[in-house]
Amino acid sequence: MRKATWLAPTLYILFLMLPIYWLVIMSFKTTNEILSVFTLWPQDFTLENYEKIFTDSTWYNGYFNSLAYVLMNTVIAVTAALPAAYAFSRYRFLGDKHLFFWLLTNRMAPPAVFALPFFQLYSAVNLFDTHIAVALAHTLFNIPLAVWILEGFMSGVPKELDETAYVDGYPFWRFFLRIFMPTIAAGIGVAAFFCFMFSWVELLLAKTLTSVAAKPIAATMTRTASTSGYELGLLAAAGTLTIIPGAFVIYFVRNYIAKGFALGRV
Amino acid sequence: MAAKTHNPKAWLFVLPVVILVAFNALIPLMTVVNYSVQETFGDNVFFWEGVGWFEQVLHSERFHASLLRQLTFTGIILAIEVPLGVAIALTMPKKGPWVSVCLVFMAMPLLIPWNVVGAMWNIFALPDLGLLGRAINGMGIDYNFTQQPGSAWFTTILMDVWHWTSLVVLLAYAGLRSIPDAYYQAAKIDGASSWAVFRHIQLPKMKRVLTIAILLRFMDSFMIYTEPFVLTGGGPGNSTTFLSIDLVKIALGQFDLGPAAAMSLIYFLIVLLLSWIFYTLMMRNEAQ
Repeated sequence: MRKATWLAPTLYILFLMLPIYWLVIMSFKTTNEILSVFTLWPQDFTLENYEKIFTDSTWYNGYFNSLAYVLMNTVIAVTAALPAAYAFSRYRFLGDKHLFFWLLTNRMAPPAVFALPFFQLYSAVNLFDTHIAVALAHTLFNIPLAVWILEGFMSGVPKELDETAYVDGYPFWRFFLRIFMPTIAAGIGVAAFFCFMFSWVELLLAKTLTSVAAKPIAATMTRTASTSGYELGLLAAAGTLTIIPGAFVIYFVRNYIAKGFALGRV
Repeated sequence: MAAKTHNPKAWLFVLPVVILVAFNALIPLMTVVNYSVQETFGDNVFFWEGVGWFEQVLHSERFHASLLRQLTFTGIILAIEVPLGVAIALTMPKKGPWVSVCLVFMAMPLLIPWNVVGAMWNIFALPDLGLLGRAINGMGIDYNFTQQPGSAWFTTILMDVWHWTSLVVLLAYAGLRSIPDAYYQAAKIDGASSWAVFRHIQLPKMKRVLTIAILLRFMDSFMIYTEPFVLTGGGPGNSTTFLSIDLVKIALGQFDLGPAAAMSLIYFLIVLLLSWIFYTLMMRNEAQ
C-alpha cells in the first residue's frame, strides 16, 4: 500500500501530458510528414510553423489581444471585488445574502445564452471589437468568483485586526491598503489566478464581441482550422504557444492554487 | 464566526460590483426576455407572441433530445471525475518538492483555452493521424470519432475527464491539507483501517470543498460548448449536440430569435434549479 501511492498520480500526469505531447510534437513537423507518415518524433524537425506565426501580424496580434483583455479583466474584477468582499465578510446590510446569491447565479449563466444580447449591447455602446468590451463581458462570471474567493480569505482574518487599526487611529482606506490587503495577499493572488484562468480560456463571448482589432488568438486558430483545411502543424504551433502563458502563471502561484477554494465558504 | 456589525454604508462597497454585473447581466437578460415573447420578420418589427415560444420549445422533440444528451453527459462526467479526483488527491504526496511538481502538471489542462483543448483532442484522436486514434485502431477496435456516435461520445467524455478532473483533485487536495496531523495520529493509535480514516476523517473534512467541486463541475459541464463544438461540431449527426451547441445553432445559425430566447431562459432556469437542488441536498447532509 505504502509503496504504490506514487503510481496513481504518475499515471494520471502521464495521461494529462500525452495529448499535450502530441500537440507539441505536431508543431515541429512539416505538413508533409504529418500527412504521409506516422511518427512519434519529428523526423524532419522544423520551426517553419512558429516562423509563420511570429512573422504574420494577424497571428501574433491575436496573442497581444488575448493578453490585453485578460489582464484588463483581472485588474477590473479583482479591484471591484475587493471592497465588495470586505463588505460581505464584515458587515450585515440590507439584502446582503440575496445579493451574494444573485452574484453567484451569474456564474451559472450559460455564455451561449448571452452571446447574442452581448453582441447587441456592446455594439449599442460602441465598444464592439475593443479589448475593454471583452474584459467587461468576462466580469460577468469573474466578479462573482473573485468576490466568493476573496470573501473566504477575508473571513479567515480575525476582526480584531480591523479594530486594533481603528483604535490606533488609522483611517479606513489606509488600513485597507496598508494593512488589510498585505494580510490577504495570498487570497488576492488566488483570485487573480482564477480570473486570469477563466478569462484566458473562454472563447464564445470573446469571439462574439470581436472581429478584427481585438480578435483573440484562439479565434484566429478556429478560422485557420476551418478555412485552410489541413494546416495541422500551424494549428499545433499556435496551440502550443497558448499553453505557455498559463504554464507561467501556474508556476508563480503553485503554492497557493490548492488553497484557493479551500478557504472560500459557500 | 464573530458577529458582523450592521452597516448600511456597506452598500457603497458593493456598488461597483453591482453596477458592473448588473450592466452585464440584467440588460442582456432583459433583451432575451424581450425576444422570448415576440415574433419578428426582420427590420426591427416585432409582434407580441406571448408564451407561444415557450410552449413550442417545451414540446419540441429536438429540445428534449438535447436536454437528455446534456443530462447523460453531465451525469457520466460527474460519476467519473469526482471519485477519480478524490482518489488521486488521496494518493498525492503530502509534502516535499513533489507536491509542487504534481500541482503544476495537474493544473495545466485548466489553463489551456477551450477551443485549443478541442483542437488538441481532435489532433490527438484522429483515427489516421492521431496517437490515440492509431492506438485504439491498432488494438483492433474500429474507432472513428467523426463518423461513429459511440466513438464521438467516448472521445468527448475522455476529453472532459482530461480537462477537468484536475479541478476536483486540487479542491479535494486543499480539503485534505486542512486536516490537522493530530487526527491521523489519533486514528493510528486507535488502529483504524485506511477505509475508516477515509470514511470518518477525510471524507467529512472534504465535504465542503467537494460540494464546491460538484457544483462547479455540474454548472460548467451543463454549459459546455467550445470543446465539443471544436472536436465534433455536435456530430456525427446530432449525437453530441448538447444544449449550448443546439442553442447557438438556433440563435446564430437559423436566427430564430424568439425560440432561441425562450430556450435560453428555460435553459438558464434548469441550471439554476438543478444547482439549487444539489446545493440544498448537500447542505442538508452536512447539517445532519
